[in-house]
Amino acid sequence: MDFSLSEDQRALRSGMRELLTGRFGRERMRAAAESGEGVDRGLWAELGAAGFFALRLPEAEGGVGLGLPESVLLFEEAGRVLLPGPLVATHLAAGAVKGAAEGRAVVTVADGNGPVADLGDADGLLVLGDGVRLRAGEPLRDTVRAAVPVRSLDPLTPLHRPAGPVAGTEPLPSLSPHSLRREGALLTAAEQLGSAARTTEMAVQHARGREQFGAAIGSFQAVKHLCAEMLVRAELARAAVYAAAVTGDPAEAAGAKLLADEAAVRNARDCLQVHGGMGFTWEADVHLHLKRAWLRSGRWLTAAEAEEALAAGLGAADRADGGPDGSGGS
Amino acid sequence: MTDLSYSEEEQEFRARLRTWLAGALPGLPPKPSPDDWPGRRAYDTTWQRMLYDAGYAGLHWPVDAGGQGATPTRQLIFLEETEKAGAPYVGANFVGLLHAGPTVAAEGTAAQRSRWLPPVLRGEEIWCQGFSEPEAGSDLAALRTRAVRDGDHYVVSGQKIWTSHAEVADWCELLVRTDPEAPKHRGISWLAMPMDAPGVTVRPLRTLAGSTEFAEMFLDEVRVPVSHRVGEENDGWRVTMVTLSFERGTAFVGEVVACRRTLAALAADARATGRWDDPVLRRRLGRLNAEFGALWRLTQWNVSEAQRSGGVPGTGGSVFKLRYSQARQELYEAAAEVLGADASDLDREWVLDRLSSLSYTIAAGTSQIQRNIVAERILGLPKGR
Repeated sequence: MDFSLSEDQRALRSGMRELLTGRFGRERMRAAAESGEGVDRGLWAELGAAGFFALRLPEAEGGVGLGLPESVLLFEEAGRVLLPGPLVATHLAAGAVKGAAEGRAVVTVADGNGPVADLGDADGLLVLGDGVRLRAGEPLRDTVRAAVPVRSLDPLTPLHRPAGPVAGTEPLPSLSPHSLRREGALLTAAEQLGSAARTTEMAVQHARGREQFGAAIGSFQAVKHLCAEMLVRAELARAAVYAAAVTGDPAEAAGAKLLADEAAVRNARDCLQVHGGMGFTWEADVHLHLKRAWLRSGRWLTAAEAEEALAAGLGAADRADGGPDGSGGS
Repeated sequence: MTDLSYSEEEQEFRARLRTWLAGALPGLPPKPSPDDWPGRRAYDTTWQRMLYDAGYAGLHWPVDAGGQGATPTRQLIFLEETEKAGAPYVGANFVGLLHAGPTVAAEGTAAQRSRWLPPVLRGEEIWCQGFSEPEAGSDLAALRTRAVRDGDHYVVSGQKIWTSHAEVADWCELLVRTDPEAPKHRGISWLAMPMDAPGVTVRPLRTLAGSTEFAEMFLDEVRVPVSHRVGEENDGWRVTMVTLSFERGTAFVGEVVACRRTLAALAADARATGRWDDPVLRRRLGRLNAEFGALWRLTQWNVSEAQRSGGVPGTGGSVFKLRYSQARQELYEAAAEVLGADASDLDREWVLDRLSSLSYTIAAGTSQIQRNIVAERILGLPKGR
């Protein structure tokens, strides 16, 4: 057992961090938030070229041939910088929807009855039911025309409310709704993890620089303890997310989503608290992390659903003898 | 994160251990009552002797300290399997095996290692921990117990408190002040004190659970040979930090496994009594399932990191301990909800555990101290004033 990052994984992560720092730094992110411009097609294609969407496709099909653990690392980086757009859905659609793997198509998902994210930019809409169907082309344009734009909580995630229930037209037999939901929840959890780690850094940075009563506020125990709890939440979520990526176990994925949602939301709130009045302003980035974290919490798998799923696995015969059995590899 | 599976060798080790446990455990005498300290000592040392004879004692200790030099992963498997099989926890051997022993192994002389380590591994000698004092507590370095040099002896006077296993211990890992003039972290030394030395008085303390888990210890001009000092004079704080890093490292592994078992039992109980139909309770148990699952993975993460860095557990232990101690208290709060009115019956399972769990956010460094450690040593925030 060696549950730590390999050299290749570290290199992959730092490569993605470099790309995102260069192409989607803070200025760019703030500009996107102000304009509400939607998906940046140029950046989308660059992500495609870097293998962001095709990461798990076999090399024979033009993919990178890596696995869920590597995807999780990339989504964590996306979460750190608040990268907008339907990243999860497009990644999941790679190989099943034309152009998704290369970053030429923007694919979003209808997730229950609520508003749909990035609908106006989408070339394809995944509709999850007993199976997975795609809505694209003219039928999708009809859906978009009939949909009502929603004033989105998150300035980086445009939302539309469809006029009625949306049906997919083209079946995508290569995608299973179960694994799509599980992986969607896990990759979203990875974004939450990235955000939780980032807001911890933001809080610590502020607490070291900001002086009150003649000392850096980070020397006060009340502030220090907020920051420590932020790190603890992020690290517990990290262990859960990484492990779920390795095992692919549905219960672990549910636990990962639950803990990562909590880490992202609570850390953003604590970060806001550490920033004081500054944290309540539009200029500080912390509200953008919080709003996105709230939005993600309601997608793919909610806390209530995750808790019920985790409860259902409890006391069931095969788990009754107590958890880890050492066979958790995949 | 490439590899959560175990190597063939590790799996063989697990299988061998499982087989041995299945054969060995039925041979154990019945478990003594929590207040029967001599009985507990006999029970725990019997088990330790069985481990020794089977080659499982001091698994992760260095070979030249009498151990097996096993990797942290093997130690993890050992703790996991023994807990799952319902084997006794380290119990009265706790300080010897997890604190004092590793400290002597890391910092002691050859003579000290050969004198103190084998009896710990064979279950012949029990150690207790003389760190805390009434006036110090979380501010451990504020200790006052003084040791004055008199020829080749130290003369030790003072008072210790919260000393677990003191009534049945043979040795005490004792922190004393050898230089009252030095800054408080600098004038401390680490001594091995025989508990039968004249001048040592032990008075058991009753816990809120009604049991006598720990004791006060009064030291009145106790003579301890200078040769019993581990590490240099006045260098005891550094030696202690070595000890504490062991305490906060993998010391709780077995307990995470135990928590997952308790949680499964709670769920089974709730299903049997109909309490399961309450969605609030059900969701609470589901959340705890996520929590302990993640804590187990965090343990594996910390162990892997320790393995990479050469075996000494890092500050990850503080991160783990903060969340674990809180989660374990929440587990017994959930247990009380499952029990309903029976949660006031001390003879019901989990009720004593609920009381005991109150110590987890205090013992081995309070949660407040752990947060300071995380904030200052991991996050790099400035020291408090």
